[in-house]
Amino acid sequence: MSNSHRAVISFAIMALLLGMVGTIQSWNVSLAILNLCLISAIMSLGLNIQWGYAGLFNAGVMASTALGGLAAVLVSHSPVGKAWAAGGLDTGLAPMTLVLTVLGAWWIRRKVPEGYLRKVMFLMWLLCGYALLRYFYEQASLNIEAVDPAQTGFLGGLGLPILISWIVGGIAAAGLAWVVGRVALGLRSDYFAIATLGISEIMISILKNEDWLTRGVKNVTGLERPVPYEVDLQQSQWFMDLVIRLHSVDPNQIRQEALQEMVISASGVFVKLCYSGLFLIVLLIILGLAALALNSPWGRMMRAIRDNEVAAAAMGKDVTNRHRQVFILGSAVIGVAGAMLTTLDGQFTPGTYIPLRFTFLIWVMVIIGGSGNNLGAVLGAFITWFTWIEAEPVALWAVENLNSLLSEENPLRQHFIDVAPHLRMVIMGLILILVLRFRPEGILPERNINSK
Amino acid sequence: MDFLNAIVLISNYVLIPSLVYGSQLALGALGVTIVFGIMRFANFAHGEMMSFATVCTIFITWWFQSLGLTAGIIPTALLALPFGILITSLLVWGTERSIFSYYRQRKSKPVIFVIASVGVMFMLNGIVRLFIGTDEIIFMDGLKFIIKAGEFKKWSGLKEGLSLKQTQVLTVLLAIIAVAWVFWFLQKTKMGKAMRAFSDNEDLALLSGINPEKVVQATWFISAVLITLAGVLYGLDKSYKPLVYFHLLLPIFAAAIVGGIGQPIGAILGGYIVAFSEVTATYAFKKFLRYLGPEGWSPDSLVQFLSTEYKFAVSFLILVLVLLIRPTGLFKGRVL
Repeated sequence: MSNSHRAVISFAIMALLLGMVGTIQSWNVSLAILNLCLISAIMSLGLNIQWGYAGLFNAGVMASTALGGLAAVLVSHSPVGKAWAAGGLDTGLAPMTLVLTVLGAWWIRRKVPEGYLRKVMFLMWLLCGYALLRYFYEQASLNIEAVDPAQTGFLGGLGLPILISWIVGGIAAAGLAWVVGRVALGLRSDYFAIATLGISEIMISILKNEDWLTRGVKNVTGLERPVPYEVDLQQSQWFMDLVIRLHSVDPNQIRQEALQEMVISASGVFVKLCYSGLFLIVLLIILGLAALALNSPWGRMMRAIRDNEVAAAAMGKDVTNRHRQVFILGSAVIGVAGAMLTTLDGQFTPGTYIPLRFTFLIWVMVIIGGSGNNLGAVLGAFITWFTWIEAEPVALWAVENLNSLLSEENPLRQHFIDVAPHLRMVIMGLILILVLRFRPEGILPERNINSK
Repeated sequence: MDFLNAIVLISNYVLIPSLVYGSQLALGALGVTIVFGIMRFANFAHGEMMSFATVCTIFITWWFQSLGLTAGIIPTALLALPFGILITSLLVWGTERSIFSYYRQRKSKPVIFVIASVGVMFMLNGIVRLFIGTDEIIFMDGLKFIIKAGEFKKWSGLKEGLSLKQTQVLTVLLAIIAVAWVFWFLQKTKMGKAMRAFSDNEDLALLSGINPEKVVQATWFISAVLITLAGVLYGLDKSYKPLVYFHLLLPIFAAAIVGGIGQPIGAILGGYIVAFSEVTATYAFKKFLRYLGPEGWSPDSLVQFLSTEYKFAVSFLILVLVLLIRPTGLFKGRVL
């Protein structure tokens, strides 16, 4: 079976499964899964650029995702004027000190001749800079966080449309990747993995604790939406008419409550479809660009570097620079997906970013789908996310069957119900291990592209 | 100037806690580093394996307690520890046989091993929660304090109290014994020498008739012992919580890398460095400085380098700094 046949069949099965969820559970659930599948697909495309094209083991996917989410907040939330006023002069002085400290440190490293003097100057400068920064920072953050902490307590954002944040999120993640790349690229693969994992954890603890920027664990909720609200739809006449026409019912024949129920469920479906459309557009754009890149001379060079770094270096390719490039590109794609995720949720919750869900699950997607194959990464994302979500109801169903074997007062009953959701971790691990062992190239293997 | 009070204060809040935490990290890092030395990959499932070992020990402890079998003032978990080690060895051996040995025979790249260990991490993460749920569990029994803060104050007449928990003493003692055993094993026994030879140069070791399967088995067994010890001691000292054990993975990796991964002495030193920096960087030195300064003087701020929420971030910060400045770690080389 050729790759394209396999792709068509696999995606058809996915569509069928989603359709089954739609008819058995509800279309709202099915579309919610689809939307997250689409976002996950973009994340796994980003990781595939790093791992599949270039062989970089990035264990810091979560950092890009979270930064994208932060971008969504900072772009779309309306600015909190009172907080800016409360922060006052210190709000400006703190970042200025930071910039001056960094610039000064850089200058010392560049201009002062190497030796004992430079080390002392460098350290002293950094210490003084840090002390001054702490002083301004503490003043500013205390004042800002004191402004109406139950409602705001942070600086807010720019108040722009949230769709802009998708681009901003990509740029921010690319910026972070540039910094991380300076630190970690050139390390051995598993060192690189540990370093990126560590940096992503630092990133999350910053987002959790810098309340003046992100509200921390108090979360930012009620972000503006790029699509209509369900409540507005339920009120509007044209939507009512649409629902009536789609269900082909006579509005005079049907009970008012039944109609109301239809409209409510249809409004949820409509909103989710709007999101799906938006996400699909982004996914197709990125998929197209990724396919172009993979088939270009650049893609060929990346694969050459991945397959044999030494040989590629001998041919005059700058391996570290190319790695940095691909790391930044992949992270930018993941950042876009991160902003999209926050947009879909309508809220930014730093506490929910955990590596298992936001780093290693994306890894499972890429490995299952087929590393190096863009369509494979998308398919992997669909399969993995579908299993991740649907494992829970299936596990609960299995547990209920198991429980019917037990007596009523057996304490194990409740325990089984409580722990059933964790079965998905086991399933994920099992799938990853089995695929890695018996089909290491993934469901859709990388194509061999022969250069003419 | 009140020198004694300052010393007692700093021992109580910085020195003793970081010594204990450092011992726990050192045991973990030693396990990571020994596996790395022989198998050449960073085992991402290490934290979850610790979690699994602790859960096994907890279940056996409960069983012993229900039988009325306790050890007096010493925690019952210590009686359960050998059984925990046994079960963990079986688990680790099982993963080796079913997963890792396949890739070793095919001489796969280290990164493939790492991905496989991520798979193991997922599975263990789920299995542990299937059995014990996600709640916090305290399984420490027996005598809690060896020195109580109040009694110490009365006895010494100082303003500051010093408390010493039994688990803290146990941790340090058992860590010393375990580390001594590992070093004795590596230096004196035939198998230990074989392991070191294998770690130094695999081909040469094979040529001289060392059985790689035996070496790998011994490695996993030692790591299982260290995994169980580290997990149980941490759980006894603080408490058992599945999520915390996942997060322990990073300080442990940091410790192993800081010391120079593959270097046992480095791992131990790295454990203490990471623990001391975590505690020191997030401790508010205000009171300490007040004791040292002139009478009636007190610093304006808390004199805290980073706020306590960043405790975990400190270890990553050290990790990043070491990777930047000295990627080989404190001790160079990849030989056990």
